[in-house]
Formats: sequence, C-alpha cells, structure tokens
Amino acid sequence: MGQFTFNNQGIPGVDPQGLRGKLIVIEGTDGVGRSSQIWLLKQWLETKGHAVRATRMTRSVLAGKGLRRAKKGTTLGRVTMALFYATDFADRLEHEIIPALKAGFIVLTDRYVYTLIARALVRGIDPDWIREVYGFALKPDRIFYLRAGVDDLVQRVLQQDGFDYWESGMDLHLGDDMYESFVEYQNRMMGQFDKMAGDYGFKVIDASHSIDEVFADLKAQVSEVLTPARPLPSDSLGRLKQLRNGYTTRDSLRAESSENSLRDTNGGPSGEHIFEPLRDEIRPLLRR
Amino acid sequence: MEMSGKHNFPGRLFIVEGIDGSGKSTQLSLLHRWLESDGHAVVFGEWNSSPLVKKVTRRGKKKKLLTPMTFSLIHATDFADRTEHQIIPPLKAGSVVLADRYIYTAFARDVARGVNREWVRGLYGFAVKPTVGFYFRIALDEAISRLRTGRAGFKFYEAGADVGLADDLEESFRIFQGRIIEEYERMVEEFGLVVIDASLPIEEQQSQMRKVVAEALVGAHKTRNSQWVNLRSIIRESLE
Repeated sequence: MGQFTFNNQGIPGVDPQGLRGKLIVIEGTDGVGRSSQIWLLKQWLETKGHAVRATRMTRSVLAGKGLRRAKKGTTLGRVTMALFYATDFADRLEHEIIPALKAGFIVLTDRYVYTLIARALVRGIDPDWIREVYGFALKPDRIFYLRAGVDDLVQRVLQQDGFDYWESGMDLHLGDDMYESFVEYQNRMMGQFDKMAGDYGFKVIDASHSIDEVFADLKAQVSEVLTPARPLPSDSLGRLKQLRNGYTTRDSLRAESSENSLRDTNGGPSGEHIFEPLRDEIRPLLRR
Repeated sequence: MEMSGKHNFPGRLFIVEGIDGSGKSTQLSLLHRWLESDGHAVVFGEWNSSPLVKKVTRRGKKKKLLTPMTFSLIHATDFADRTEHQIIPPLKAGSVVLADRYIYTAFARDVARGVNREWVRGLYGFAVKPTVGFYFRIALDEAISRLRTGRAGFKFYEAGADVGLADDLEESFRIFQGRIIEEYERMVEEFGLVVIDASLPIEEQQSQMRKVVAEALVGAHKTRNSQWVNLRSIIRESLE
C-alpha cells in the first residue's frame, strides 16, 4: 500500500503513507461470482478479527445515482461514460476506500480501475489517455482476477438477473441479440483482462470451479497479504460495553492495534488517560 | 479516437476565457449576434451545462461533496458530454460553435485547487482545439468591483472556499481568483490564446474580436437556412 498506480501523480490532500489497511481487488467479468466471493471473504476475515469494508462500482454518494440514470438513457457517449465512471471511482476512493485504509480496514472492492479501463478500451478509447486519467488510483495490495469461460458466465448470468444491456455491450451493436452480443462483449473484456493480468500483476483464480473451491483458493492467497490478525480482547463483552458507551481510552485503542507503531509514537505517554469519541473504525465491531 | 488536438472539421470553434467579471460573456453574445446576422449557423454552449451531468455537479456543490479531484472529474465528464453532443457534431456539419469557457477554465481552476497540472491537461486530451481562444485580461480589483455591484455575493466554489484559503469569503475569492489569473497568464503562451484587454470600452473589445474571427472564418460555410434558423429561435424565445 502506499503508491499510486500508474504515474504516481497522487490526490491533493492525501498522503498515501498513512494508509495502514490492505486494499484487495476482486476483478473479473460479469457473472463470474465476484460478489459471492467477496461476501464469503468478508465473513471469514471478520471472524478472524479483521475489520472489512466491501465496496463496489457506481455506489458513490456524488455520482452513483447520476451515472445509473445516465446509463438508462440513450445519449451516454463513450468518453462521457469513461469520465463519469472515473468521477464515481474518485469519490469512492476519497470518501470510502482511503478513510477505511487509514483506519486499518481490509477493503475488498468488487471491481477496480481495471474493469473501468477494460470497458473503455473495448469501446475504442485511447489506452494511454484512460491510463493517465486513472493515474490517481491507489495501487492495490492484491488483484485477484476471477476467470471463467464465457459458457460458464452465460449459465450463471441466466440463473441470476439475466443479460444486462451494458454488460452485454449492446451499445456496441456486436450481435443480433443479447446472447450473441454478451458472448462477444465478454470475450473482448476477457481479452483486455488477460492483457492487463501480466502488466499489473493480477493473481489469476480459476473461477470455473465450485464456489467452495474458488473460495479456498482465494483464502489461501488473501492470507499471504494479512498482517497477523489482532485477536479480540479476551473480555470481548466488557470491551463491547465500553465501546457502546461511545468513548474509549487511548490505551485500549493502542492495545487494539498493537502492531501499529505509528500510534505508539503519537499516542502520548503510556498510562495517559485521555477520553476520545468513538472512532468510526471501531463502529463496525458493534454491528456484529 | 476522433479527438484531441487540431481538428479538420469544416466548422469553426471560438471560445472565451477569463475570470468572473471580465465581461467575456457579454463579448461572446455580441459576437453571436454578429455571426448570425452575417449568415452563419451558430451553436452556442456554456461551461457546466450537460443535461446528463449538471444535476450531479449542482448537487455536489450544494452539499459540498466535491474534493479537488472529483470537482475536476465531474467537470471533465460534463465537458465530455458536451464535446460528444454539442461540439463535435456541429463542427462536422460546418457550423460555428461558440463556447463560454472551455478547457482552460478547468486547467486554471483545478490547478488553483492543487490538482496536478500535467494530469488535468491529459484529462482533457479528448477536447477539440479551438480555432481561436480569447482570454479577457482584467485586474483582480476591477473584476471584484464589477462583481460587487453586479450580483449578490461570492459563491462558495468560485471563491475556492473548499480549499480553505481564508475565513472571509471575499478574501478567499481574492486569493483563489488571483491564482487562477496566474494560471491563465501561463496559458496565454502555452496555448496561443488571443488576449483582449477587458478594461477597454466594450465596443473596442468587440471590434478586436470580430477582426480576429473574420480572418478565421475565411472559407467557412454560410448557411442558406439562416432565415429559417433565426425565425425558429425568435419563435422559441417568444414562447418561453
């Protein structure tokens, strides 16, 4: 964690050095099972004591709604679409992903800039331009690329929500109907992902196997990125009660993140008894 | 991609730039009148006006959701939509396109907010290079005194209040617009902007503009349909 992806150009007001969490990206085509695997990973990681934030595309407070509305109309051009996605991504990066990383969360993100770049490229956008636009993106700690053949995708998509207009690339007029268009579009998307896999160091996961097998594969590889999990304090109940009061001592915060030397140096003399408001980073503990 | 840099479209693209209060919009509307009366088909567009995007921008500003990055990106999105629908098609059709503010507004404002200068230039790599870009140069004090008499107060983002330059809105506006002027001055040479002294009488500025535009219009289409076009716009205005 720490650097920006493509050209290191950065975001005004954001220091990537202070990001303690891990950014784990799950990439792959429509229907490959990304959201199922993210759900499973989240349960598993939380059980191990890691705080997890799961995020996905077009859900930004700023641009999510506007983008979804634009996709329902008939006038969304390819450059506009590419930049609308970039706006949505930047908003999520600055307001969701970076704060969570600062707070030491594991951020699991369903798709990342690679999907956005692939979508732009299959629509004929200049590759240098789109990579430069995303020069502000953070470099993930791991990028898992779930890969399955288009035959498998078709079956999975049909069993779920059916073919989606954009996920079938209907704007590109690739086939006589949604099925043909989907197959062609997803093949092109996979072509882009396969190319990027080498350039950006994707870990390829064979997603044609069963959910359990894919999950086992992912777990093994995610484990490599994790710093030793901090176990919940033995008196979890008492701790939760303390947290629920809305205040916690700096000492107990320090105990919680013992591997974090940053706070140790900034936390003041030991034994100092300063009350501070409950931090957002602890809030998710209360929800479990 | 069919974009970027100098275009070979039969139309012409004239744009005006300058800080608020420089009088550029007045000058552009006078130019518009003249071009139409001279028989050109004219399409006019403003900054931040894409029907797909402007709602998002307006809400983002109202709720103060925008950071320098998202401010930059949402305006680029808006501009992309306008480029794809309101700028490139009329230029291909041989029209004269007028734009009140263009990519240089983004370069000036975003850099004044701390966005990387090279990055924001790359971001607008899809833009069509204008036939002529006019920059209305005005002293900051003069612009501020025009704004004070002209309308109520200074707006939050126009004053750069989001980057926390000063507690007082007018002071923030002064600092922020000062930075924007610095960026504009840097761009005059970089992009070959034509400088108009905005302290001159309105008529004098307009005649300088028309002279430059007239030269750039040599060989441009005129429309045989201007009567139809003009009548329609008169009817539309009277119905509104």
